Amino acid sequence: MMLQMTGVHAHYGHVHALRGIDLSVQVGEVVTLIGANGAGKSTLMTSLFGAPRCSSGQIIFDGEDITRLPTHQISHRGIALVPEGRRIYPRMTILENLQMGVSYADPSNFEVDLKRMEALFPILESRRHQAAGTLSGGEQQMLAIARALMSRPKLLLLDEPSLGLAPLYIRKVFEIIQELNRDYGMTILLVEQNANHALKVAHRAYVLQHGEIVLSGTGQELLSDPAVRAAYLDGGSH
Amino acid sequence: MAQALQQLINGLTLGSVYGLIAIGYTMVYGIIGMINFAHGDVYMVSAFIAVTTFTLLAALGVSSVPLALLVVLVVAVLFTSAYGWTVERTAYRPLRNSTRLAPLISAIGMSIFLQNMVQVTQGARVKPVPPMLSDGITLFTSGSYSVRISSAQILIIVLTVVLMAGFTWLITRTAFGRQQRACEQDRLVTAFLGYNVDRIISLTFMIGAALAAVAGVMVTMYYGVVDFYIGFVAGIKAFTAAVLGGVGSLPGAMLGGLIIGLLESFWASYLSPEYKDIGTFVILIMVLMFRPSGLLGRPEVEKV
Ligand SMILES: Nc1ncnc2c1ncn2[C@@H]1O[C@H](COP(=O)(O)OP(=O)(O)O)[C@@H](O)[C@H]1O
Ligand SMILES: [Mg+2]
Repeated sequence: MMLQMTGVHAHYGHVHALRGIDLSVQVGEVVTLIGANGAGKSTLMTSLFGAPRCSSGQIIFDGEDITRLPTHQISHRGIALVPEGRRIYPRMTILENLQMGVSYADPSNFEVDLKRMEALFPILESRRHQAAGTLSGGEQQMLAIARALMSRPKLLLLDEPSLGLAPLYIRKVFEIIQELNRDYGMTILLVEQNANHALKVAHRAYVLQHGEIVLSGTGQELLSDPAVRAAYLDGGSH
Repeated sequence: MAQALQQLINGLTLGSVYGLIAIGYTMVYGIIGMINFAHGDVYMVSAFIAVTTFTLLAALGVSSVPLALLVVLVVAVLFTSAYGWTVERTAYRPLRNSTRLAPLISAIGMSIFLQNMVQVTQGARVKPVPPMLSDGITLFTSGSYSVRISSAQILIIVLTVVLMAGFTWLITRTAFGRQQRACEQDRLVTAFLGYNVDRIISLTFMIGAALAAVAGVMVTMYYGVVDFYIGFVAGIKAFTAAVLGGVGSLPGAMLGGLIIGLLESFWASYLSPEYKDIGTFVILIMVLMFRPSGLLGRPEVEKV
């Protein structure tokens, strides 16, 4: 078991954003989380990092209880997040952004990993010394993914990686997700507005509503579930 | 002409001091988005540490000025950065997730506390130190006016240039500098990526305080007197320098410091020495009204 959340509750002040989440991700799986805006998808991901810190419940990652670990130590255990809205460092070069990805990883891997990322995302190589803020949205998303991969994580969290991107880049994002999982055995937890696409690449899926998991199953099961189709696929709320 | 040249030298000296202090304001603003109003008082504390150490060294019979200066610099930098660290830990960190106003009020409280602490422990009277490095070079004489640069002025300007160069290298070229800039741009993501943001903020306060400490030692040596109120005046001027350069911009802080220093010495010489501080305040008001992002700052985008 890679990740196991049990009875996780989280609050922002008076907002009760997560209400007893039970969720698990197995080694080598792609698991997707779908739900309307404000359902708590991003909160679920960042709560793994203690932001917000869960008020009750337990998070086990790779056999270790990380529920109370300081935020900056979580990634050292092997979790990397590609945050919603990309959040690359706009006033740093692409190279510096990638350097920021390796806070704990073995520094001697840097050159090798840099080469790998530039092979995976050729756009990054020619622009190493360019400010990241000058990249297009799609290119920034590639950079955000590359930055997360630089730490060689065991679990990759992707929060709406295709949001606001041109169709070409949406395709590219899903290709990369599949490639990472298939060729490198990367375990992935994916949040997507693009539920149709996400359910197709996912082994399993959860549906989140008002901070609660209301449905779960294999990607195929949810794709053919009439309630899911009505709410999230057939022109439902996103 | 001769007078202008002399004011240029004096202004560069003053401007160096303001620039060193201004960096502390700008770095702290950059990383946590607040004006550290106690920063000027941290500078004042460093001047008192310098006086105490100078006096102690004199009592111990250290007569070599370079040696004394070096020891005083090291002692002042160490103790003052400890002050910077403590101020952040006690007055700001507990309020970090509170309203925007709370840390500002806390900063003003910390400023009053430091002034009073020094006043109570050191006395309210000005403290003198024996004059040092008052010898110098006469560059040229025109009529009755001779243009001089003192050893103290040379030291201040050279030391400032060296520190600014080293500091620029630290911020732009080292791993720590990269993490510091990362925190300025996105603290939360930087923590997610595995960096101890609290530690980076602490170090930022310590570096700002250390630069102010050097300024405090230089001023003590230059003027030969300090009192517990110098932090307020120098603080406002350095703050103006930071605003003028663009709060958050490091080259801006250096440039702003120089401009304020030059303005002050020319104003004192050509207009009125009593009202030399008016120029600074006029600049502060004008910049805040017409160009709040300063000369080199980015237009303010509200942080989310
Ligand atoms: N930083 C925050 N402060 C306060 N409330 C928040 C914050 N972030 C999210 N929320 C609230 O928590 C709930 C879940 O939000 P979020 O996790 O962003 O949902 P999703 O990612 O599914 O759109 C929403 O009601 C949202 O308004
Ligand atoms: Mg979200």
